[in-house]
Amino acid sequence: MNSSSMGAVWGLWLRQIKRYLRSRSRLIGSLGQPVLFLVALGFGFGPVFQKAGGGNYIQFLTPGIVLMGVLFTAIFSGIEIIWDRQFGFLKETLVAPAPRIFIMLGRTLGGATIAIIQGFLVLAVSFAAGFRLESWTRLPAAALFMGLTAVAFTALGTAIASVLEDMQGFQLIMNFLVMPIFFFSGSIFPLISLPRFLTDVAAANPLTYGVDGLRLALEGGSYAAMGRDAAVLTAVAAVLVVAGGNLFSRIQA
Amino acid sequence: MSQSGGDIIEVKDLVKTFGSFTAVGGLSFSVKRGEIFSFLGPNGAGKTTTIKMLTTLLRPDSGSIRIAGLDTAREPLEVRRKFGIVFQDASLDDELTAWENMFFHAVLYAVPAAERAPRIEEMLRFVGLWDRRKDLVKHFSGGMKRRLEIARCLSHQPDLIFLDEPTSGLDPQNRSRLWEHLRRLNSELGTTIFLTTHSMEEAEKVSGRILVIDGGKIAAEGTPDEIKRRTETRTLEEAFLALTGRDLRDDVPGAVEDMRKARLIWRGKSR
Repeated sequence: MNSSSMGAVWGLWLRQIKRYLRSRSRLIGSLGQPVLFLVALGFGFGPVFQKAGGGNYIQFLTPGIVLMGVLFTAIFSGIEIIWDRQFGFLKETLVAPAPRIFIMLGRTLGGATIAIIQGFLVLAVSFAAGFRLESWTRLPAAALFMGLTAVAFTALGTAIASVLEDMQGFQLIMNFLVMPIFFFSGSIFPLISLPRFLTDVAAANPLTYGVDGLRLALEGGSYAAMGRDAAVLTAVAAVLVVAGGNLFSRIQA
Repeated sequence: MSQSGGDIIEVKDLVKTFGSFTAVGGLSFSVKRGEIFSFLGPNGAGKTTTIKMLTTLLRPDSGSIRIAGLDTAREPLEVRRKFGIVFQDASLDDELTAWENMFFHAVLYAVPAAERAPRIEEMLRFVGLWDRRKDLVKHFSGGMKRRLEIARCLSHQPDLIFLDEPTSGLDPQNRSRLWEHLRRLNSELGTTIFLTTHSMEEAEKVSGRILVIDGGKIAAEGTPDEIKRRTETRTLEEAFLALTGRDLRDDVPGAVEDMRKARLIWRGKSR
């Protein structure tokens, strides 16, 4: 890895962070949706969930909503490439003397870092809604699942943005990809009593392993079970980074 | 320095087609080190396609390009270090400051850490933007953005810069200021300038040599005087019209754009 490649990774990471910190409206805006879900679902369905014997719903819901924040932020960070294309900045990175894969990697790590920060912000809000952590020592494991989820879905966003020309397909991605990924991952309801075809969908959904892992981490589950989730998620993240990097490398101006 | 004498750009039999449309149909030309070279043609003549191939952003169907002695198909990353480019449309990050845009570029081009700050300062002073270095680019005027892009593309000290319609949309003040900078750059540092423009007056004034293309092929080549003499015209504008006709050119937006989109994904080998 030469200095130009390292420069590309570091430079693009730094750019993502700077833009994020500078745009307070984006920071607040992307926090709004998870918090709304947490409050509306948490307090709305909490009593029903409790009566049905599911336990404290806020405890169940929080990992799912944290990863919702991570998922949305990550996908949008990846999709930002479309904006960069429209505003022209993309060309500056495309003619740079660094292999494209490192440019993509820098972007992905930058987007993932932002997504992790968003995840922790949502977690902080959930404490106010009544969520209780099993032990503070579980936070590193929680960060791992947020991180893996963030990398996987930023890379997915990058892959999508590399083949889209403009924002026309955006609504399509939201409704047919991002929302289903979020809903059918065990994030807001348990997967056990679902019809067969939906449990199959959930099993094929990478976010399911993130939600399960994060739930185990925050609730004090076994490290062996967490290890399985982490292994699946790592494999998915690796595949998506390679695929995203490959598609990004093929962009011609 | 390249072994190939004084040529910094050598293009041989360059071809690029989009579907059934031939954008560039067998171009061969060369640009000498240190000259100001104008690349002219009506809309849709193949200028932008050629520049994209010269700058490694688009892969030719056939033919070869050497920049500073390096083959663009075989060593694209090395080639990219050798040139700077100012695109027709801005390619700055509006959400960053002028200084941050410069810094980002220096990092991307692996300018050694110790040299970054002094070089950025030198370049920002050169284009008269040092006092505005902490301002977000989104608050800049069109002329300021163009100057910043020029400063940026110079910060890795290229021997060659590509300028795609650098003065379009600028007022006369900004235009003359820009040319002052570019002339100084060319005479003091010997930087080769490869430029496209629709202003024949400008091209006539600044360029050493001119290449006129039309329909993806060479229509004329030489100094402004040679071209005028050959076409028996008094101004380059008249010569240009004599060479390329008076018909209006549509950009062929529908067909060509559609094919470009379909081909946007690099079907060849990936890096």
